[in-house]
Amino acid sequence: MHIVVCVKQVPDTKIIKINPKTNTLDRRSAPAILNPYDAHAVQEAVKIKEKTGGTISVLSMGPPQATAVIKKSIEIGADRGYLISDRAFAGADTLATSYALSKALERISKDLPVDMVICGKHAIDGDTGQVGPGIARRMDIPPVTNVIEVTEVNQKEKTVLIKRKLTSGYELIQSELPCLLTVEKEINDIDYSPMPNMIKAARYEPTIWAVSDLENVERTQLGLKGSPTIVGKMFSPPRPEGGKRLEGSADEQVSQLMEVLMEKKDLLTIQSSK
Amino acid sequence: MPEKFDVIVVGAGPAGSSCALTCAKNGLNVLLIERGEYPGAKNVMGGVLYRKQMEELVPEFWKEAPLERPVIEQRFWMLDKESVVQFGYKGLEWAVEPYNNFTVLRAQFDQWFAGKAVEAGALLINETVVTECIVENGKVVGVRTDRPDGEVYADVVVLADGVNSLLSKQLGFHKEFRPDEVALTVMEVINLPKEKINDRFNVEDNQGCTIEIFGDSTKGNLGTAFLYTNKDSLNIGVGTTLSSMIKAKLKPYELLDYLKNHPMVKPLIDGGESAEYLAHLIPEGGYRSVPKVAGNGVIVIGDAAQLVNAIHREGSNMAMYSGKLAAEAVVQAKNREDFSESSLNSYREALYGSFIMKDLEKYKDAAHTFEKYPQYFNDYVPMMNKAMSKFFTVDGTPKREKQKQIMKSVTGEKGTLRVLQDIYRAWKAVK
Repeated sequence: MHIVVCVKQVPDTKIIKINPKTNTLDRRSAPAILNPYDAHAVQEAVKIKEKTGGTISVLSMGPPQATAVIKKSIEIGADRGYLISDRAFAGADTLATSYALSKALERISKDLPVDMVICGKHAIDGDTGQVGPGIARRMDIPPVTNVIEVTEVNQKEKTVLIKRKLTSGYELIQSELPCLLTVEKEINDIDYSPMPNMIKAARYEPTIWAVSDLENVERTQLGLKGSPTIVGKMFSPPRPEGGKRLEGSADEQVSQLMEVLMEKKDLLTIQSSK
Repeated sequence: MPEKFDVIVVGAGPAGSSCALTCAKNGLNVLLIERGEYPGAKNVMGGVLYRKQMEELVPEFWKEAPLERPVIEQRFWMLDKESVVQFGYKGLEWAVEPYNNFTVLRAQFDQWFAGKAVEAGALLINETVVTECIVENGKVVGVRTDRPDGEVYADVVVLADGVNSLLSKQLGFHKEFRPDEVALTVMEVINLPKEKINDRFNVEDNQGCTIEIFGDSTKGNLGTAFLYTNKDSLNIGVGTTLSSMIKAKLKPYELLDYLKNHPMVKPLIDGGESAEYLAHLIPEGGYRSVPKVAGNGVIVIGDAAQLVNAIHREGSNMAMYSGKLAAEAVVQAKNREDFSESSLNSYREALYGSFIMKDLEKYKDAAHTFEKYPQYFNDYVPMMNKAMSKFFTVDGTPKREKQKQIMKSVTGEKGTLRVLQDIYRAWKAVK
């Protein structure tokens, strides 16, 4: 079983500032971290490998310092890591990114065929969730999004049983392998990495590929040139407002709650009509 | 099978990184373990980095290290309630290479410095707490961390785990602190535009100013306050010994609030935006508080060995230098393949022969004297302020007459004999 996990280095958006004049993220204001959803993706690969054995590769695209997130993935339990890093990739949107990553995946699968690709649900700096499905489309394998559980991997039949999160409830589906999963945070808890992994990661030097190391690359589809997306506006999502605590006897609380619900009933109908 | 290294260094502050760097440069196999998310994440100091000891480790470090401003002016303030007596020195020779000292932000600097050790070949592991030294047959042979399969072995373990060195306490090298052996410092990083800093402190872009503040900044308690200029922020802080804090029933944050609102300080920080709030213990016990620094398979350096000169606000330089001396001792021990206490005691000898222990020895009574006799901060600082005010107020009194009045008010308040006693005692403490 060869699982490739795609990871991204992102600014820690809990503390990042947005430059109000240029509408861009002030990346200096926040440390770079492994995208939290991707950390869960790596952890899930580790969990699968515990049952099936095999190899976990991680793949990232970014500047040379993005090797840090590959090392972090090795801490969690990945076996090897690849970074594609080249000026030609700079300025890529989700279309160009998924193209470049799928080319790198082609190269990886030449050494060792890929049975499964796992991505985080989305990156916390862009929140688009398009790169995962984009890779699947280009690799011509099924994309399975919003995964909250990998229930069973059947290597003999080359199938996998998966739980997907829906707005109400969940969906249990079977997919053929290879396939691509994008995972939610609740899929697992990230383990505290054992010391040997930490030492391995500290020593590890990822393979770094430039465009010229990949094959059959259409250069016009890379980087800014291959990116039709235009960013109109950027904003931090508003903080959720604090709830209201109802006080008094049970009856009083119920009647208060009813009042609140009646006040907000317009909101409720809009939601349910969706 | 747990791995074995030549050296494990616990703590990636200035002492630990310096030791790891020097060991790695000498070809040793080094593991550097840091409990913070990254080196510097948990470290605090006022913010002055001295050139000399740093330069010995990384020549011309100012060309690449994340420094804030070279310090070209050092001011000293004797602060009273509504006045201040100032003296200081400003020199442009400090504004050019090789400079004298620098202001730094530790979160950035420590990360860079640990990176130098990594470049030299040390392995750095973050977010890992060393819970204890592994002791076999009376010899430290490795460390146990809080991670699964967390044991790692080494010929020598270097403890650079900071002021409250739990690891050297576990080994029995340290006793628990007495409240007069440690100071608690609280500080804030206040963002302020570069232009405002330049105007208010009368400096240019790549020039910095430090102000050490005595007297009312600690409400007369044993301790000091400071205000340092970074590129586009200020470090302001205040620290006093725990014992005087207990005695005066002071809360550390109250002292910082008091300082920030002091009429002599407020205009300098006005309009700034508080970016970070930090607090840390500072080992101020000096010479007599330095614990056993070498044992079988183990060495203690930096704050963990209480190497701070509180009078001259030197600490990080001593930490770095002790780390270097420790590394040299480890290299020698490795050549002998002897990691016993007597072999590693070459570190102890080097430490006691260096400026570190000589300086600590010189001031071994200073803190004690100033704590026992609070009049230095309580009485003399306000007295100096009154004297200067009187001397410089033009009111038609002849100057000679003024001098007489001032002398009289000083000796009159306390008596000539007591004043002479105080002067002698202070001189003895710092001579």
